[in-house]
Amino acid sequence: MTLTLALVQVLNGVQFGLILFLIAAGLTIVFGVMDFINLAHGVQYMVGAYLMAAFTVFTGSFWLGLLLSLPSALVIGLVLELLVFRHLYARDHLAHVLATFGVIIFLNQAVKLVFGPAPLSVPVPQAFAGAVTLAPGLLYPVYRLVIIAAGLLVGLLLYATVNHTRLGMLVRAGASNAPMVSALGVNISLLFTIVFGVGAMLAGFAGAMVAPILSVEPGMGDNVLILAFVVIVIGGIGSVRGAFIAAVLIGLTDTLGRFFAPTLLRAVLDPAAASQTGRAVAPMLIYILMAAVLFFRPTGLFPARR
Amino acid sequence: MNEIVDHGAAVTPRSQPSRLKQAALPLALFAVLALMPAAARFGASGYILALMTRTMILGLAAMSLDLLIGCGAMISFGHAAFLGIGAYAVGILSSHGIDDAFVQLAAALVVAGVFAFLTGAISLRTRGVYFIMITLAFGQMLYFLFTSLAAYGGDDGLSLSRSRVFGAAVLRNDLTLYYVAFAALLGCYLALRAVVASRFGRVLRGIKDNPVRMQAIGFAPYRYQLTAYVIAGMIAAVAGFLLANLSEFVSPAYVGWQRSGDLIFMIVLGGMGSLYGAILGAAAFTLLAEFLSGFTEYWGMIFGPVLIVVVLFARGGLASLGPNVGRSGR
Amino acid sequence: MTAPVLRLTRLRKSFGALRVTDDVSLEICARELHAIIGPNGAGKTTLVHQISGLARPDSGRIEFEGADVTDLPMDARARAGLIRSFQIVSILPSFSALENVALAVQARSGSSFRFTGKASGEAALNDTAMALLARFGLASRADFTAGLMSHGEKRQLELAIAMAAQPKLLLLDEPLAGTSHEESARVTATLKELKREVPIILVEHDMEAVFALADRVSVLVYGRIIASGSPDEVRRDAEVRSAYLGDEAAEATA
Repeated sequence: MTLTLALVQVLNGVQFGLILFLIAAGLTIVFGVMDFINLAHGVQYMVGAYLMAAFTVFTGSFWLGLLLSLPSALVIGLVLELLVFRHLYARDHLAHVLATFGVIIFLNQAVKLVFGPAPLSVPVPQAFAGAVTLAPGLLYPVYRLVIIAAGLLVGLLLYATVNHTRLGMLVRAGASNAPMVSALGVNISLLFTIVFGVGAMLAGFAGAMVAPILSVEPGMGDNVLILAFVVIVIGGIGSVRGAFIAAVLIGLTDTLGRFFAPTLLRAVLDPAAASQTGRAVAPMLIYILMAAVLFFRPTGLFPARR
Repeated sequence: MNEIVDHGAAVTPRSQPSRLKQAALPLALFAVLALMPAAARFGASGYILALMTRTMILGLAAMSLDLLIGCGAMISFGHAAFLGIGAYAVGILSSHGIDDAFVQLAAALVVAGVFAFLTGAISLRTRGVYFIMITLAFGQMLYFLFTSLAAYGGDDGLSLSRSRVFGAAVLRNDLTLYYVAFAALLGCYLALRAVVASRFGRVLRGIKDNPVRMQAIGFAPYRYQLTAYVIAGMIAAVAGFLLANLSEFVSPAYVGWQRSGDLIFMIVLGGMGSLYGAILGAAAFTLLAEFLSGFTEYWGMIFGPVLIVVVLFARGGLASLGPNVGRSGR
Repeated sequence: MTAPVLRLTRLRKSFGALRVTDDVSLEICARELHAIIGPNGAGKTTLVHQISGLARPDSGRIEFEGADVTDLPMDARARAGLIRSFQIVSILPSFSALENVALAVQARSGSSFRFTGKASGEAALNDTAMALLARFGLASRADFTAGLMSHGEKRQLELAIAMAAQPKLLLLDEPLAGTSHEESARVTATLKELKREVPIILVEHDMEAVFALADRVSVLVYGRIIASGSPDEVRRDAEVRSAYLGDEAAEATA
């Protein structure tokens, strides 16, 4: 059990967390500003991955694939918004949950129809293939570092936009009190559309970025969706900063938990029991963390609306 | 004393149809269910019998959730956990040789009650979407727990044989199982109706209508909601017990959040708050899914939009097609 | 006075830098109608929330009938007899007027953890509820869906619900807000009757009603009580006139 191995896991945790952040950021803003629970955000991520797979194969280039996937993901998101989501803003949360649940069912089957049930794979681009030596003995895949860099960059961009631009100010105001923002004369439905579109693109981008390292298959968005919701609940709804902190926290908890739980439990249980209990407890850790946070802060760590 | 001037019948109060009319739809429903096996003789009886048994079992689970959502406004996204507890009570006990129905049922009720109490106590400290998320989290935790129980099948699930009643394998007879499920459904329906109409039920409905107003007259919402949560959980465990017997199989798949979503859909489809609406919804859902999947492999592509359309347009659900009875009608 | 029904000791509450309740101390006696007046934004409703239990003060103490209730939630205080009405009228919209009141009666008639028997058929609860509805002029509206009633009717219903809860202190937050001249005269007459039965704290803007009903008046400005005493004393207080009443208005109601 070397330090190197642990460091690799930490990096994996951060990478996973940043992907979650990309997805959760859009989710938390949409929920915060529009009070809209969008379960279909997970399939947005899946659609991004599928588009990436399709365009990469079609054009033979990772970069072209990425360049084409993003606007396509945006278009699909806006189509969904126009057809389904727009009619739900005035309804209650239960209606949101069920209608977007319907979108998930539809899209999961639709991609199966179009692309087949077998997982697709996307090759890692040549420029980012292989591993790099970060420290003596510590080899880490270049592509994963690229994901971390991309995630941090987007995070920085979001931070700058939300905190230092007029649009960002409107978004923060909207997350705090949307009707008031509308009453102040702001075109709230344009704001909604922009917010939604950006969120959809972020999720699509996350899906596109993970396509080379995960298998692209129907239903890949479902578990990620749940995790994204856990992120925004822990982080506090409407807060991008909260989503960032919570996402990295969850990424680390999940990855390190799975890795270390059996080992740590060996201190109190025999190896076989430790291994089995560890494997049982590890996936639960995130939910235990969420339950604990909600116990002390029933509205998350940094909620936008008091 | 001052009299408020009567402004005429400009606004009519909610009309209360006669008691017979109110009872018409649920009466018809239970009559159909009671007589269904006779009609099934004309078709592929084994298959239809199993299908209808499953419908009633899911209806029972959905009805218990309706107590929470329709009468109490607690949107639990983890209710399938209780189905799982009931089912695994059968699975785990029978794998150790304990196949007596009453023992298994008792175990299911106790475990479900305790789980509901503990998770409900924590979850009910939250509101709105936080409540939805935390109930979902507890459901997921149970899912992972069951997946990790290698001794009881883990991910692959566990086969079992049906419970014995006083040593006799009466439940092996599909028709008997059907009527046991029917009896459970009818019994729980009548019990829940009584609960909803009782003092306790009225407080619960009041909390749904305006929780601050209820606190202002001296009701603490938490204890009533927690009690309802435990009751609902235990009834769903009964459904789980029946489900395990019907499929002779248990697996963590019973507990996934999508299954909880299915239950919510059934209630909304059938009409929230009416209790029997949940049964109608379960029937519509199960039969539609069955029909569509026979039609095409990609039945989700039709099912999904149906769900969306129902949510967008059919606000009162199927139950509102009968005389106006929904207590919590929106 | 004899032991006060309600005693507030140095209540403070701030929202960030804004001091909403600034060292408020007050005593309410058993036989009085005590009005709390003040300009908008003075913190009157926040004070009512703290007294009723909907909000927690940052510091200070609230004693009701001699017992410290500062840490008790709203429902516990209601059970003890501290009953309030709301500035934005709050009733159970899906229930009939009768059931609205009957529920408040039910709250004081034994356990509600009864799972059998039809609550809406309980004669004892319904009779008491009907009597209260009649008292507040709503007898003909007993089966009406409360959410569909007129604003004035809802206000009367709220009073009926409050009385059904057997109050030992009534906390009324602007009961005349949004009422027509006719309705407000009716409510004022009702309050005149009620004040003989139960101590009342009345938060109001309607000066006519305040000076017609109040035994004592306290003036809240920027979270602080700047004057407290008989209506005449308060009317003549210089600080009150400049902060709130204005000289003409004060003379007009004299």
